[in-house]
Amino acid sequence: MTQWSGYLGLILQGALVTIELTLMGSVLALIMAFLAGMGRVSRFFIVRALATTYIEFFRGTSIFVQLFWAYFVLPFAGLSLTPLQAGVLALGLNVGAYAAEVVRGAILSVGREQYEACTALNLGRWQGMRHVILPQALLVMLPTFGNNAIELLKATSVVSLISLADLTFQAQVVRSQTGSTLMPFLSVLIIYFALALIISWGVRTLERRMARGLDGVRV
Amino acid sequence: MPAPIIKVDAISKSFGAFKVLDGLSMQVMPGEKLALIGPSGSGKTTILRILMTLEKIDGGHIQVDGEQLYHMERNGQLLPADERHLAKMRQKIGMVFQLFNLFPHKCVMDNVTLAPMLTKGTPRAAAEKRAMELLDMVGLADKAKSMPAQLSGGQKQRVAIARALALSPKIMLFDEVTSALDPELVEEVLNVMRKLAAETDMTMLLVTHEMGFAHDFADRVLFFDRGRIVEEGKPDEIFRHPKQERTQGFLKKIIAAGHRV
Repeated sequence: MTQWSGYLGLILQGALVTIELTLMGSVLALIMAFLAGMGRVSRFFIVRALATTYIEFFRGTSIFVQLFWAYFVLPFAGLSLTPLQAGVLALGLNVGAYAAEVVRGAILSVGREQYEACTALNLGRWQGMRHVILPQALLVMLPTFGNNAIELLKATSVVSLISLADLTFQAQVVRSQTGSTLMPFLSVLIIYFALALIISWGVRTLERRMARGLDGVRV
Repeated sequence: MPAPIIKVDAISKSFGAFKVLDGLSMQVMPGEKLALIGPSGSGKTTILRILMTLEKIDGGHIQVDGEQLYHMERNGQLLPADERHLAKMRQKIGMVFQLFNLFPHKCVMDNVTLAPMLTKGTPRAAAEKRAMELLDMVGLADKAKSMPAQLSGGQKQRVAIARALALSPKIMLFDEVTSALDPELVEEVLNVMRKLAAETDMTMLLVTHEMGFAHDFADRVLFFDRGRIVEEGKPDEIFRHPKQERTQGFLKKIIAAGHRV
């Protein structure tokens, strides 16, 4: 049992890497989601085209392949990334593409009358977006953003393929060193689940706080 | 005689195959209170929305306060208005909607101060002082910190009026502002409008089904049907002695539906 606690330390180190990847990947995903999601509803064709290309490409190709490109192929183009950087890049861009559609959908879900009120009050397009449309759209995005963040958390396990010592990677190390299969895999199962629960809880709390006083907006 | 503040000249507008406005022309004098009445689909709301630049026109010209609304003059040429010209013209016009269109995520005070702060750069303190005066005028000074969801329909509409007034427009457009209200709440909104008419010299255009109110409130009544003005005149002429058959028919139906004229 004392031996096992040492191995548990390894697994917890892996959990830290997974958390790190999830947090940094989520930040990149969020930035990409807003850039591409708002790009999709832009007035300018070229912006719409760029956003659509990004979204379709990253939704349409596998996260494995994207990760391999980021880590193994980009160096040939003179861009060498650490495993962590490659992981964050691939995860952020991949999940960002899905979340961009969430942003677009939420923006379009805000009623036409809100846009008309902005026009009647002479707010500029960006002013209306920033102060009227996005604050209302954000509430619509949140539940799905929670889904996306959990997807991202689970997708972090792909980085074990580029030798980043995340949770899944460490579980395999422990398994090969101890010969025990149940303990390491049971531990990582519980840790992934606990992390997902924390994300769910965080998003729900955020949702409740933002919805305060807004009755009638949520459908 | 002063120049008209609004000059609508041969405006046409179609939604698909349906011609809403068919070469509509009209003029409004500064300070005039105008009631637009007529059956639904007759184009009365559409012309208000066109004046607020919420709809594009298919043809014709509109002048507001001496300037083209949908066109701009550049080196003697008349070009389609760009966003900057439209923004300048919108400063002259305010609108109140049938469904209030308040910003649900902002409290009453922020609803009123948002546009002056953003579009005119009014400092917050000054914007809030003005907002309190306006909220006081519409009888809602005590609701400044409430959220729209906490208000009744009549209160929401009074906030919407204050919000539009905060930009000090020369022209106010009221689009069926009492149609969505419970009957017992209609009067509080109409009272605010009476007060507004009495205390300011704002030009007011009002689309309404409240014939009694239109009669008392308006200097002139326009009867719309099928995208044209069929008849216009002083309230008494239109409501007591309509000349056109279509006006008579419309008013008969309205009275049969229980509206007071």
